[in-house]
Amino acid sequence: MDDLYRELILDYYKNPRNFGAVNKSTHSYELNNPLCGDKIRMEIRAENVKGSRDQVIKDVKFSGQGCAISIASASMLTEKIMGRKTSYLQSLTKDDIVKMLGIELSVTRLKCALLGLEVLQKSIRGED
Amino acid sequence: MSPFQKDFPILQKQKDLVYLDSAATSLKPQGVIDAVNEYNSSYSANVFRGLYSISERATEAYEKARDKAASYIGASKSEEIIFTKGTTESINLVAYAWGKLTIEKNDEIVTTVMEHHANFVPWQQLALENEAVLKIVDIDDEGMLIFRNSKNKHTARMVNLSEIITKKTKIVVVSHVSNVLGTINPIKEIIREVKRLNPRCLVLVDGAQAVPHMNVNVSDLGCDFYAFSGHKMLGPTGVGVLWGRYELLEKMTPFMFGGSMIEEVTLSRSTFKSPPGKFEAGTPPIAEVIGLGAAIDYLTKHTIGKIREHEVELLDYMFSKFNRLSYVDVYGPLIPKDRAGVVAFNVFTENKKLIHPHDVAEIFQRDNICVRVGHHCAMPLHRRLHIGASVRTSLYLYNTKEDIDKLFLSITKVKEVFG
Repeated sequence: MDDLYRELILDYYKNPRNFGAVNKSTHSYELNNPLCGDKIRMEIRAENVKGSRDQVIKDVKFSGQGCAISIASASMLTEKIMGRKTSYLQSLTKDDIVKMLGIELSVTRLKCALLGLEVLQKSIRGED
Repeated sequence: MSPFQKDFPILQKQKDLVYLDSAATSLKPQGVIDAVNEYNSSYSANVFRGLYSISERATEAYEKARDKAASYIGASKSEEIIFTKGTTESINLVAYAWGKLTIEKNDEIVTTVMEHHANFVPWQQLALENEAVLKIVDIDDEGMLIFRNSKNKHTARMVNLSEIITKKTKIVVVSHVSNVLGTINPIKEIIREVKRLNPRCLVLVDGAQAVPHMNVNVSDLGCDFYAFSGHKMLGPTGVGVLWGRYELLEKMTPFMFGGSMIEEVTLSRSTFKSPPGKFEAGTPPIAEVIGLGAAIDYLTKHTIGKIREHEVELLDYMFSKFNRLSYVDVYGPLIPKDRAGVVAFNVFTENKKLIHPHDVAEIFQRDNICVRVGHHCAMPLHRRLHIGASVRTSLYLYNTKEDIDKLFLSITKVKEVFG
């Protein structure tokens, strides 16, 4: 467990994949966590799938600042949903995130881990 | 070694515990635990209501705690001590029972940017509801309130209190000690000047971080209300105190209505007790108040002066180590003896990038080091410092130099992991 925090999470924290902005984004959203100053922004470019209301996530990038868990989680999440359908994104739960990170999380750190997912799901829902 | 450690069972049970979060709540000495258990196991009756011996014993212990609290903070009479759930409730009590009916449109409430939310939000909301003006005094880079004539250096941003206090200022609410910066505000001087400018203006002091650590005498300070928490001064959770000048308490409407606070109830009207009974509706937290009495006994026995001395010694040691680190920002007054044992800071990488307080605390907790991270119920203060969150350590009588050594070892580990 210890090593995972050191290696995997730290790697994604120090070298975040998919960090930046999306060209011609179709959805975007950002959230602050006022409890600690974490801020995550997500941008998605989604395209329609013929004959269905579902969409395919062609590109997704994140930006912002936060602790190692929130950044690593957001980054891993973008890799997880890249090229997948938006319905898949909407189906992701807190358990999926915990499994994705592969570590045990306290209640407080769980909030950090879920921030990216919350931003992504709200962006698809078109929330203000 | 701290001479006090042996009195705290939790430290005997967990020898590795490095508890640096006393600003959140303090550890409990055996004497306090025993006092609470003794009530619960030997005389757990309700107060005031019974004519039988255990009820009388409970009432006696409860009222004795009130006398102890009065004497501990230099109040002229016990009737000026109201037991509440804590500092937050104490302050809300004043905002409701005094403020609601007294603060009128365009009146002024003065507070500061360093306040804990408990001494900020109630006044902010009261000002909004009653259409009053909330004036917020700023701090300088060292975390001192920017009043001229206070201990700090003269800077261009200093203000005279005469620029803040007007005829319309009804109350000034200010913390005695900041729960983030460790700043000890010059309360006596502030109050003297406020009363000189407007004798009718009241002053409420949030003493949650002061009473546990230093000598407080409300008569000497000259304030009108003083609030503090039992659980931060070695007492149980669920109990705190509001001290108020008797003439004020007499005139205030009750905060909560119900049993114990009434004199007579008819179908159409009720009459109420005098203070403090007027403000203690319902069954009080009897066990907890008795526990608070025991906490006061403990602090009195060891003398608060010695406790403060111990903390200043630890602060000196702590700051000597901080001064050698270029990658840590410490907030608040730089001179140890000028501040309380609350020290908030942030750690940075070589490239001056902030290492998130959550990540710092994660590394700390593996070494059993207990700190708090976040905004510490002081969001306006953090915004003023241009930071999102901080790591906060706080000292108390049971901390030792070894605790501080372990803290700094952990800080080095944080640096190793995050660069």
